[in-house]
Amino acid sequence: MKFALFVGCTIPARVIQYESASRAVLEKLDVRVVDIREFNCCGYPLRNINFKVFILLAARNLALAEKKQLNIMTLCQCCFGTLKKANHILKENGALRKEVNSILEREDLKYEGGIEVQHFLQVLYHEVGVESIQEKTERRYEGLKIASHYGCHALRPSQIMQFDDPVTPSIFDQLVGVTGAESVLWSRRLECCGAPVRGINDELSVDLTKRKLESGRQSGADYLCIACPYCHIQFDTVQKMMLSKDGMNHSLPSIIYPQLLGLCMGIDEEILGLDMNKISLNLIKDFLSSQG
Amino acid sequence: MFIAIAIYVALALFGASLLYKIFNWLRHSITIEAGAISTSRRVWAALKGIIFTLLSIKIFILLKVCILDVLLNARILREDFFRWLMHICIYVGFLLLILMHALGQYISASIFENYYSTVNPFLFLRNLFGVMVLFGIAIAVCRRFIVKVPRLRTQAMDLYAIIIVVVIIISGFFLEGTKMVSYSSYTEMVENYSALSDPQKLSDLEAYWVQEFGVVSPKAKGPFDERRLEQGREVHRVSCAECHSKAQWAFTSFGLAKIISPFALVLNRVNIHGVLWYVHFFACLIGLAYLPFSKMFHIFASPLSLFANAVMERGKSDPANIATRQMMELDACTHCGTCSLRCSVAVALEEVPNITILPAEKMAPIKMLVLGKDLTEQELKELQEGVYFCTNCYRCTVVCPVGINLQELWFNVRELLFQKGLPELSMLSPLSFYRGLMKEEMVQSDYEKPLMRAREAIAEKCNVVKDQDNVLPLIPADKTFKSRLNLSAQASTFTVCFGCQTCTNACPVVAHYDNPQEVLGLLPHQIMHACALGLRDLAFVSNMLWDCITCYQCQEQCPQGVCVTDVLYELKNFVVEYVGEKTVRSLGKNQ
Repeated sequence: MKFALFVGCTIPARVIQYESASRAVLEKLDVRVVDIREFNCCGYPLRNINFKVFILLAARNLALAEKKQLNIMTLCQCCFGTLKKANHILKENGALRKEVNSILEREDLKYEGGIEVQHFLQVLYHEVGVESIQEKTERRYEGLKIASHYGCHALRPSQIMQFDDPVTPSIFDQLVGVTGAESVLWSRRLECCGAPVRGINDELSVDLTKRKLESGRQSGADYLCIACPYCHIQFDTVQKMMLSKDGMNHSLPSIIYPQLLGLCMGIDEEILGLDMNKISLNLIKDFLSSQG
Repeated sequence: MFIAIAIYVALALFGASLLYKIFNWLRHSITIEAGAISTSRRVWAALKGIIFTLLSIKIFILLKVCILDVLLNARILREDFFRWLMHICIYVGFLLLILMHALGQYISASIFENYYSTVNPFLFLRNLFGVMVLFGIAIAVCRRFIVKVPRLRTQAMDLYAIIIVVVIIISGFFLEGTKMVSYSSYTEMVENYSALSDPQKLSDLEAYWVQEFGVVSPKAKGPFDERRLEQGREVHRVSCAECHSKAQWAFTSFGLAKIISPFALVLNRVNIHGVLWYVHFFACLIGLAYLPFSKMFHIFASPLSLFANAVMERGKSDPANIATRQMMELDACTHCGTCSLRCSVAVALEEVPNITILPAEKMAPIKMLVLGKDLTEQELKELQEGVYFCTNCYRCTVVCPVGINLQELWFNVRELLFQKGLPELSMLSPLSFYRGLMKEEMVQSDYEKPLMRAREAIAEKCNVVKDQDNVLPLIPADKTFKSRLNLSAQASTFTVCFGCQTCTNACPVVAHYDNPQEVLGLLPHQIMHACALGLRDLAFVSNMLWDCITCYQCQEQCPQGVCVTDVLYELKNFVVEYVGEKTVRSLGKNQ
């Protein structure tokens, strides 16, 4: 099993623990990843501004992966949504593909529509499988309640994303279940984290985050689990700002899925970058039992 | 005398320009906050910072940077072997030429007792170093004009740098070569240094030099008989050998001498080596005098940038010093294009014809901006868009061979440009995510203003808001509007909307507001309807477009299969294009 790992812009700059934890987990699961240094922005932030730029940026990434004959695995759900969407458009629209290829040609690239884009969680669930992951765990959580946050851009538009059932998704819950933790049902689990309008309409952004956090807390969850750097920054960095500023006194820390799983696999905490989260994850280790 | 004056003038110009440049580092600033710090305070802060660093444990960091990054160019090597080879060849070759050859009488002569430029190893080394430089230049030319590294642009500054180096080295080689063949140089040397008067000996020596040293004589032409050469060799051994190693050791110049020897007598008559001496000499002086204003200034600024960035940290270092460092960094940039090659969004240039999207091309206009030079409104707008097309991924900063904190620079320049009040529509996109995270560290009014300005700019270009009391015409305002929403196949789906409001009811943004219409303008289903009616401006001014979190709930739940979110995306693209076009038109009218 081999993928071109697409880390995007946000992870190496602001959530590096997601990358190191994922690499460690993937290694344990014998999933090989290839780094393509020439990858550029997925196109997501430019979708508001210019369709052609979005498609061009995405197509260049797809073409680079296709040149290596590898499918793309993304860690970020916004990258996933964007690349997957662009891939769909490029496969359907031959005229557009031709137009984009005429630009890519200048760098000796071409996209023929021959690859697929998958998110990290999909790879774990579909390619590796819950049982195989279970086999690699050394310890289990006991009594830990996790609110799994699916992330909009992975789920919807479901026709194109094909991530999971858009109304009653379950793959993330099952992946959380592998660790022994209980993935709770919470009312706002399929809603937006607030990140897409951060910097555009902060009041709205913070409010969406706040509502999600409240809903998560009401469900009795100890931690939020995410698999997207934008969602993580929103639930970690921004929540931390909210805690000091808005007088919120009860936090719901965010843990990145490979961090949650990595602890069960006995991966070194430093590699998992637990200390790099702004809101402390120290208490989570108390839930770990010694037996696998 | 004339020569001495020329040297002193060049040195004076160089020194004055150097001081002017350093003064600029201390006088100007990029951030608004740093503008309030006085120059005198910046000078003291800099001196204090330098002294404290040199006396602290950080001296070891500086040593490490000095060896690895400055001398060995490790950061370039990490990026690209050929570029490293290119730079090492040029800089090591040139540096050694300066030390051994240009400053020969001061440096080489004081180290080596028998220093003569015509004796080995100096004779050979001078050619070797020169060839090293030319080899490096060849790689540079190849990268820029033959291989054409993606997004590497060649500006006048780059051409100047290549040309001045080439002129200096090539003129040097030709000078040496023409001197080798020159009969007048030969006779002059014989008269001045040999003390020979016996015509037979002189004739033998000449034959030997013609044969062995490439001198082209009007009288003596080979082949010479062995006995005569033998005698010539003997004369040479006694009179010349002490100061002259075999000319072949100057392998390049000797090769040139052989090539030009058929024309040597003519060249000698016009005193070509005299002319070349002036070319070589003045090229060096021009290079020196103009150095602080050329790309070559990086010789000084780049190591300083590497040192400063190795020991300074935002939040810990004195803001006065950070301001100075940022100014210095502008001069440290060598326009090498590494940032443009690695930039996450640089490829956007293929669709948006704005050269300042490339990080390396932002530097020149930024320099003009902070030095207070006049940029036209068009140039300001382009630079503003250029610096906003950035995902703040830090790649440019990580790869910069001279360690410039580019990401921080873009961030500061953005805010500086916003002060001019020109609207930037790219702000209304997730490109603003990073700025949103930095909100706490900014002045709140400075933070909000440009965001408001962007939305105002849209309203200004659309008619609806201005004439709120006007009755909307039933005939579509823009007949082409509908057909233009066709970038992706999804966007035209608005035509099948039957107004059930499911999208609006599913929208978490709408749900966020007590009175959504007041804040958002048209709600999702109304926007679909406005599209169907061709009410372009009405759709354009809706805040709903920019406050959409693109969660796709509307699209997912639409019973008619309208791709609501995708329609909103296309409307946003359309607004950016429309407002951009209108602005360009009004700019055109003003200028």
